[in-house]
Amino acid sequence: MTAHSFDFNGQRLDARASGALFWPARRCLVVSDLHLGKSERMARRGGALLPPYETEATLDRLEAEIAATDPDIVVSLGDGFDDDAAGRGLPDAVCQRLRTMADGRRWIWISGNHDPGAICPRMPGQSVDALHDGLVLRHEAGQGPDVSGHYHPCVTLAGQRLRCFLVGRDHLILPAFGTYTGGLPVTDAALARLVPQGIAIACGGRPFVLPVGLQRQPRKKAGGWRRPF
Amino acid sequence: MNLPQDFQDWFAAQGWQPHPHQIDLLNATGDSLLIAPTGGGKTLAGFLPSLVELRDPPGGLHTLYVSPLKALTADIARNLSRPVADLNLKIRIEDRTGDTRSSQRARQRIDPPDILLTTPESLALMLSYEQAPAIFGSLRRVVLDELHALAENKRGDQLMLCLSRLKALAPRLIVTGLSATVEDPDRLARFMGSATVIHADPGPDPDIAMLPTTRPAPWAGGGGHYSVPDVLTEVARANTTIIFINTRAQAELFFQAIWAANDANLPIGLHHGSLSREARQRVEAAMAAGELRAVVATGSLDLGIDWGSVDLVIQVGAPKNVKRLVQRIGRANHRYNAPSRARIVPANRFEVIECVAALQAVRERDLDGDDRGPGPLDVLCQHILLTACAGPFDADDLFREVREAGPYRNLDREDFDACLDFAATGGYALRAYDRWQRLMLRDGLWRLRDPRAARDLRMNIGTIVEAEMLKVRLRGRGGTPLGEVEESFASSLVRGDTFLIGGQTVRYDALREMVVEVTRQPTKEPRIAVYSGLKLATSTQLSHRVLALVGDPAAHAGLPEDTRRWLALQARVSTLPRPGVLVTESFEHHGRWHFVLYGFAGRHALQTLGLLMTRTMEIGGLGPIGFLATDYALLITSLDAVTDPAPLLDLDGLRGGLGDWLASNAVMKRTFRNVAVISGLIQRNLPGQRKSGRQATFSSDILYDTLRRYDPDHLLLRITADEARRGLVDFDRIEEMLGRTDRIDHRMLDRVSPLAAPLMLEKGRVPIAGQAQERMAEAEAAALMAEAGLTT
Repeated sequence: MTAHSFDFNGQRLDARASGALFWPARRCLVVSDLHLGKSERMARRGGALLPPYETEATLDRLEAEIAATDPDIVVSLGDGFDDDAAGRGLPDAVCQRLRTMADGRRWIWISGNHDPGAICPRMPGQSVDALHDGLVLRHEAGQGPDVSGHYHPCVTLAGQRLRCFLVGRDHLILPAFGTYTGGLPVTDAALARLVPQGIAIACGGRPFVLPVGLQRQPRKKAGGWRRPF
Repeated sequence: MNLPQDFQDWFAAQGWQPHPHQIDLLNATGDSLLIAPTGGGKTLAGFLPSLVELRDPPGGLHTLYVSPLKALTADIARNLSRPVADLNLKIRIEDRTGDTRSSQRARQRIDPPDILLTTPESLALMLSYEQAPAIFGSLRRVVLDELHALAENKRGDQLMLCLSRLKALAPRLIVTGLSATVEDPDRLARFMGSATVIHADPGPDPDIAMLPTTRPAPWAGGGGHYSVPDVLTEVARANTTIIFINTRAQAELFFQAIWAANDANLPIGLHHGSLSREARQRVEAAMAAGELRAVVATGSLDLGIDWGSVDLVIQVGAPKNVKRLVQRIGRANHRYNAPSRARIVPANRFEVIECVAALQAVRERDLDGDDRGPGPLDVLCQHILLTACAGPFDADDLFREVREAGPYRNLDREDFDACLDFAATGGYALRAYDRWQRLMLRDGLWRLRDPRAARDLRMNIGTIVEAEMLKVRLRGRGGTPLGEVEESFASSLVRGDTFLIGGQTVRYDALREMVVEVTRQPTKEPRIAVYSGLKLATSTQLSHRVLALVGDPAAHAGLPEDTRRWLALQARVSTLPRPGVLVTESFEHHGRWHFVLYGFAGRHALQTLGLLMTRTMEIGGLGPIGFLATDYALLITSLDAVTDPAPLLDLDGLRGGLGDWLASNAVMKRTFRNVAVISGLIQRNLPGQRKSGRQATFSSDILYDTLRRYDPDHLLLRITADEARRGLVDFDRIEEMLGRTDRIDHRMLDRVSPLAAPLMLEKGRVPIAGQAQERMAEAEAAALMAEAGLTT
């Protein structure tokens, strides 16, 4: 099982273990915060010379998701590129790869705070600020209900940090799909304000669900998963 | 150089005679390494030539003193002030550490003192400034203190690279290394480049023995709590005692146990690296003032300021390493020519044997120590980048200079060029950064492409990479800081969980702005404090001694009665492990099969062996369930019996398995993180820099996985693999164990053997489950949902 199905504002959606969202009724695959070109941007700004493979790695994973879901529409939910220059500076081979992936599908770039003008003619698809199609899709959560990205939500379980979907009444927030992306704990004030109560769907080897915004109760000492022996 | 008359008079006025080694150092014309026990006037010996030369100060920086501890630099400054005042020397002595004010640092760059006291990291920083040639050009002498401690890790490698830089800037430099007793002084001298070894009189043999206890050591466990009444009796008899415990968690537990029995209310303190700096300083000050009768401590007190009043050292738990034991013993009695007094307390029966073997080694002055191998390349990468911060350099010149450093004397040009390429371009197979290189070659010289990068590089100086630590504070406004715990420990806590820190039980309330908030909870039993890092493995040499002692019934006379009976029973129902023979046993217990291998190869190697063997057993269908590694033995539990261990121990098979397993191993990821920080691939997290409310930087694990997949031959992966082999993975010692094995003696038994029985009681088994961590996370998620009355 690589996906967890749930309802959000009357729509049945699949949270996939990869961090992508699939909307079966529209045959629409949504990924957020790809941050393509991140290592190049850091180098350009005189920072660390990180392994320059994250664009390739991110596209490898996106390709696998497209192959698994065969969507009619692919939506990048903002911050597809680490900045405008990163978008325009992507190597031709990468643009070619994107065009191949987009072949026979609609491809939509929603612009984010990092990449308001990153789309160039070498890339497939069109660029919009937001998408209104039964659900509102935008980069940063606004007047709900909406589906957004931007915050890179994550949870820590058993000492392990996992990216997660954050689902509340008004907002559905996607994890970052890009390889070189960090996470913001769902308990952080910025996220707690948007989703005071709801569920997180953590992206492990398969997705699993836990509550958010409920007081965690102390549990009894004996047994428990923390002491397997 | 003769000791001038006024110096001779000064010695006489103190009622002292110059030690022969002090005169030897005065006469030395080249680099020297002084090996002396504590209390041997080592520091004065190191500074004496400088003080004599500084009777007539030539101006500019004359002497540089480098110590591993900031606290020592302040202490030295105090100690030197007396002879300087008495002899009416017109010299300025200043220290320069991470704590020095920036205004003073700036002034020191323009107008350096005659004697500067510093740490390896501060020296590296000073050498990265453009003014380095002006500051150090006049340097005549360098004194390296506690060199034995520095040489054990990468700080020493960095210091040696800095030393060859200094020698290039000041060719007339004379270097003096000061060291406690080490197993191989010539190796330490080679580490310095080249130096003449001078031995001080080692002093009388220490008075060291096992502490007689009213109850025998337990079969298993590591706490040593059974000895508390006997330890208290010794503390009451002595003036001041240091009680060394091997890990921080055990120190906390022992401290609690000793206070529970401390009816006389003897003032006893606690000192370890996880306590807040204020708490440690309070204990140090109380020790210095003679207010404490004892302090329970970890390796955090292995080095440090001499406390003259300490007259007894008690080591609880096996010493693991003879050299460290000897150095710890030296903390007792800093009066030269009086024997140090020490008692050791084994924590369990296996450790009884180890303690007896270690005592023999101490008496025979047979110290141990494993060669660390050639200088690590991540440190060299940092050095190259810092060299570029100071100014443009020629690659050939730098290569020659680096090879002057002891640890890098055999560095080949290919490795050097790989490090230079890493520093310049990242060293990736995909040459993605030609436009954004960090270092550029212009007019034949390498230099920073963007000079502003120097600031970040300087922020990243040093080779100590701490685990991510979170501060612990009492709840409420301005709550008292108690210390630090590892982030991984903190993230496993649930509200209401209790743990020990600073000798008190506290309850976890919340994690707020990266601070763990707790409330005092004196009545509750603590959840075991597991926040200390890693346990040390018993040294190769001591392991060999233990094996020889176990395997030779004639030598058992030196063991306590109950231990003798235990080994005799083992000889009767199975067989004794002995040099040349690798003894293994299989037996059934409670419906599970157990396989025991008495490898005596240290816990890290046996842990790795456990992982590799259980993989093979999994493939062979033996159904391994879990395993446990100690310093002596490996215990594997499985559904089916191991009847022939030989195929599982095939060295080529193990090597092959190692490569696969390393791919996803947490130890490797941690090792990679350290390498990535030191080499300058990623910036270290500075205290106060991590703020909540922002998306945290992504983890270095992602970089590790990405490199392994897309650039498997990258330099940093090679450094990581080299390091893990020697360090936590310790595959070298698996090879060593198999190399000394002439034959395997496998016994099929009908019950648990006497030697195996204690292993069955040990905690800390590793379950075999590929997805163990994820399953635990899912279980927690399910439990939380259930608690919240939800089902998925």
